[in-house]
Amino acid sequence: MLRYSLKRLISLVLSLAVASLVIFAVIEVAPGDPATFMLGLNAQPDTVAALRTELGLDLPTVERYLAWVGGMVTGDFGTSYTYRTPVAGMIMDRMWVSLPLALYALTLSTLIAFPAGIYAAARRGKPGDAVVMGATQLGVAVPNFWFAMMLVLIFAINLRWFGAGGFAGWDKGLWVGLHSLTLPAIALALPQAAILARVMRSALLDILGEDFMRTARAKGLSRRQALWRHAVRNAMIPVLTIIGLQFSFLLAGSIIIEQVFYLPGLGRLVFQAISARDLIVVESVVMLLVFAVIAVNFLVDLAYALVDPRLRQRT
Amino acid sequence: MNRNLILGGFLSALVLLAALTSFVWTPFDQAAMNIPDKLQSPNALHWFGTDHFGRDMFSMIMVGARTSIAVALLAVGIGMMLGIPLGLAAAARRGTWADELIMRSNDLVFAFPSLVIAILITAVFGPGAVNAIIAIGIFNIPVFARVTRGAALSLWEREFIMAARVAGKGAARISAEHILPNLANLLIVQGTIQFSLGILAEAGLSYVGLGAQPPVPSWGRMLADAQTMVSFAPHMALIPGMAIILTVLGLNLMGDGLRDWLDPRLREKRP
Amino acid sequence: MNLLEITDLSLHIGAFKILDRVSLCVAPGEIVAVTGESGSGKSMTALAVMQLLPEQMQATGHIMLEGRDLLSQSEAAMCATRGREIGMVFQEPMTALNPVKTIGDQVMETILIHKAMDPTAARARAIDVLNRVGLPQDRFPLSRYPHELSGGQRQRVVIAMAIALRPKLLIADEPTTALDVTTQAQILDLLKGLVADSGMGLLMITHDLAVVSDLADRIVVMRQGEVVEQGETRQLFAQMKHPYTRALFEASGHQVALPAPPPAVPLLEVRNAVRDYTLPRRHLFREPGHYRAVNEVSFTLNRGERLGLVGESGCGKSTLTRAILGLEPLQSGEILMGGAPVFTGQRPNLEVRRRMQVVFQDPFGSFNPRHRVERLITEPFHLLDDPPRSAARRTAIGDALSAVGLRPEDASKFIHEFSGGQRQRIAIARALIIRPDLILFDEAVSALDVSVRAQILDLLADLCRAYDLSYLFISHDLSVVRTVTDRVLVMQAGEIVEQGETERVFADPQHDYTKTLIAAAPRLPELGAA
Repeated sequence: MLRYSLKRLISLVLSLAVASLVIFAVIEVAPGDPATFMLGLNAQPDTVAALRTELGLDLPTVERYLAWVGGMVTGDFGTSYTYRTPVAGMIMDRMWVSLPLALYALTLSTLIAFPAGIYAAARRGKPGDAVVMGATQLGVAVPNFWFAMMLVLIFAINLRWFGAGGFAGWDKGLWVGLHSLTLPAIALALPQAAILARVMRSALLDILGEDFMRTARAKGLSRRQALWRHAVRNAMIPVLTIIGLQFSFLLAGSIIIEQVFYLPGLGRLVFQAISARDLIVVESVVMLLVFAVIAVNFLVDLAYALVDPRLRQRT
Repeated sequence: MNRNLILGGFLSALVLLAALTSFVWTPFDQAAMNIPDKLQSPNALHWFGTDHFGRDMFSMIMVGARTSIAVALLAVGIGMMLGIPLGLAAAARRGTWADELIMRSNDLVFAFPSLVIAILITAVFGPGAVNAIIAIGIFNIPVFARVTRGAALSLWEREFIMAARVAGKGAARISAEHILPNLANLLIVQGTIQFSLGILAEAGLSYVGLGAQPPVPSWGRMLADAQTMVSFAPHMALIPGMAIILTVLGLNLMGDGLRDWLDPRLREKRP
Repeated sequence: MNLLEITDLSLHIGAFKILDRVSLCVAPGEIVAVTGESGSGKSMTALAVMQLLPEQMQATGHIMLEGRDLLSQSEAAMCATRGREIGMVFQEPMTALNPVKTIGDQVMETILIHKAMDPTAARARAIDVLNRVGLPQDRFPLSRYPHELSGGQRQRVVIAMAIALRPKLLIADEPTTALDVTTQAQILDLLKGLVADSGMGLLMITHDLAVVSDLADRIVVMRQGEVVEQGETRQLFAQMKHPYTRALFEASGHQVALPAPPPAVPLLEVRNAVRDYTLPRRHLFREPGHYRAVNEVSFTLNRGERLGLVGESGCGKSTLTRAILGLEPLQSGEILMGGAPVFTGQRPNLEVRRRMQVVFQDPFGSFNPRHRVERLITEPFHLLDDPPRSAARRTAIGDALSAVGLRPEDASKFIHEFSGGQRQRIAIARALIIRPDLILFDEAVSALDVSVRAQILDLLADLCRAYDLSYLFISHDLSVVRTVTDRVLVMQAGEIVEQGETERVFADPQHDYTKTLIAAAPRLPELGAA
């Protein structure tokens, strides 16, 4: 188990290193000089040069890459070109919206998908299965941002159960914060739940055909007992893979959903940064998103080993 | 033939027909603004109503279908052209460093969701339909590579591949002659799935302004325009939304139906 | 009173009949074997007793367990019966256990699900039964996972699960078919011992008449869903009233007459062949370990000779086969065909390769399902510099198909239009089409029913007469190797431990391993001996 975790950890660090190189290289080829952009086209050449020195733009590429990576490791993400404030602080503020939103949505999606998938698998071919499968077929097809708009129309504008947008903040209490994230989380979660429920069902159906399920029945377990005791845990392996993938979709999705609900999250930050050509902010946010995805997949790898004893032994 | 295939094929054909017809005919000029007629609900003249500039939404939906289909189709093309050969090569060189390299790079690409790729590309080169295609296409590469490799690996274990090796055929020849044809069904099905995901991704990118730019119409941007109007002109959001849903639903149903029709053994395998 | 009494059991899927008025019974302490070829309905009979049939199947008749009709019992009552009164053992021990649960949990589950004992007592019982099936706690603690055990050990766990509550009836569906002969002998002994100690009835399903004759008190012979004959074992073998029983018996011990081999001229020479596999690196900074699959193997196969290679799974015979075919390189030693190496540098030697062909085990997996027979069997033409074209090609296809007993018209069919035996004929046609000097038969008859197997063996003998075939016949089945080879190699743990004239080796084995192997192989009774 230790060796397995260590191996995954090495792979995590390598992935991060390569990802940071890719991101840095892409930003590097971006046309235009940030200093010129910040000061406007009419700026004096020596002012621009001074700013370039201040921002560290005159250093060789390798040195700037190392400084960027070194800074991120120590929590220093550099200074925003447009706001002249530390990027780390800007990101931190927004993280408190985006990360809880993604986690909230992931929780909702899992809570909906597991029972739905298990229910459908247990009633395979019966009307209950058909209803769940029809609903998920529809759920997969709905764009989450459109669904978000419909939720706003129904629950915020017509029923007035929720605010139509904006974020109340966490300082007024957990409940207030969660309440203002509820509609966005539902909008994010339902389409993902539809996918996850389908994966859960098909993974279970695969397992139900395995020999050991027949063995379990031969021991005297009822169909339902066999499903719960033997199939669900085995089905977790494909399901965990999808949960890991979904986290990255949820993070990306939350960027879009933030636009619908005017939430002050990473998404709004990154779009403002793009329009202001504040590349250092774009670079850092993208790196952070990629880090989150890689880290979650690392956790998923560890979860595999908890579920499957065969992985614990093999290295 | 089965119900899914018929219904899905019908919906997909309808969207394709609308897109193709729009090249020669639309009820109105989709770009023509007519402020006095703005924000009309669906009626006999404007079947899908008008938007806040008084443009005919039926015409916009028709022309928007072109953008959706073109972006998603090209993105699937990029994914297939690069992903399938990579997957075949990885399977043929299974267990070697080449396989490891291909699959690790795939994992890495998976860490960049298509929206993140789009953000990066847009930040550097600016927004546009081409960049949306590239962003979605890059994300499709590892999808096809993985599916191809996974299925090819199990084929490589089969005795008919051993027989081909005993007949002196090399890895490339076996991949082309025996592996790829036996994967075709699976890849067609995966293609329709990625196609539908591409439609959704394109809509999302256009919605946040990273996709097709005006004056090229797109369903995603129609929804972005609708956002502030949704309380008093809900049809502006409902209609493009339904267009997306029906297209994606049609493609997914067609994928399911094709899978059952082409290969009964694949049934129930796919989420 | 009988423990189990099946009367007039019929099974249908829609209008399709799977079982037709099957009647049989099992008394306490009795071993009843149901035997027959694939499609005979023997496994369905077993599943019907457990009421674990596929859902769309409809059963009629009576299955009485101690006077209760299982067919009319509710599902809840069946759940209480399964595992407690009837235990079942399945064919595939590798997949019959849940991979993510410990063996202790899985054995205890049988006890706990029936609420027969409290957890402490259940644990003690689990230890007890595992001990009884030959898995003592000091070597096989309850915390072991299935993947840590061999196939035979897993089958013991499955048996432990089935007998944990001391059921009155044990059903074993091909319990040893997936196991090696020596393991098979141990499992059969175990089952026999369990029946003797506990007085439970055993309903054993098997295709192997030799296994049946050693073990069963009574035999039920089935064909296409019907019981054709049943009776006390010795009597049944002595009389064999039904022609099908006799045909089955004859096919099981089928002998062929090979022509005498020509004078010895070496064709294939294997000298000190070594094949290592690199194991996954255990430690980042240490050299990865090696697994030696083939260790210093040397032998010669003469022109016109039929050489056998026997050994249990994992002994290295498949690896050796691949090395001979030039599909894998050797780490040291050499393999020469007519004096030329099969592997030169990093590539297989094409000159040599075109002189060898192979026939594989699986009649279903060895053909590309998308190609027609003509394309399938002409694939080896790829090896030739100047393959026959148009008319010559058609003649070659027709000849090859005729040689294996098929019609030239079959060339335009797809593979799914043929039965398993016919597919194996097509595989032989594919091997013959370039008239190779040597054919490798890799478990080529192992997946076939006995009657089909007998036909393929006859075909081999015919081909030997017509074409002076030289072949290497790789198999785990000793009785088959004995009849179709002149000489035999016995392989164990990567080494050849004994070689010699087939009859001599079988009649008077020298090496201990050969002796064990031959002793473990179940034998058909001598006709008329009873």
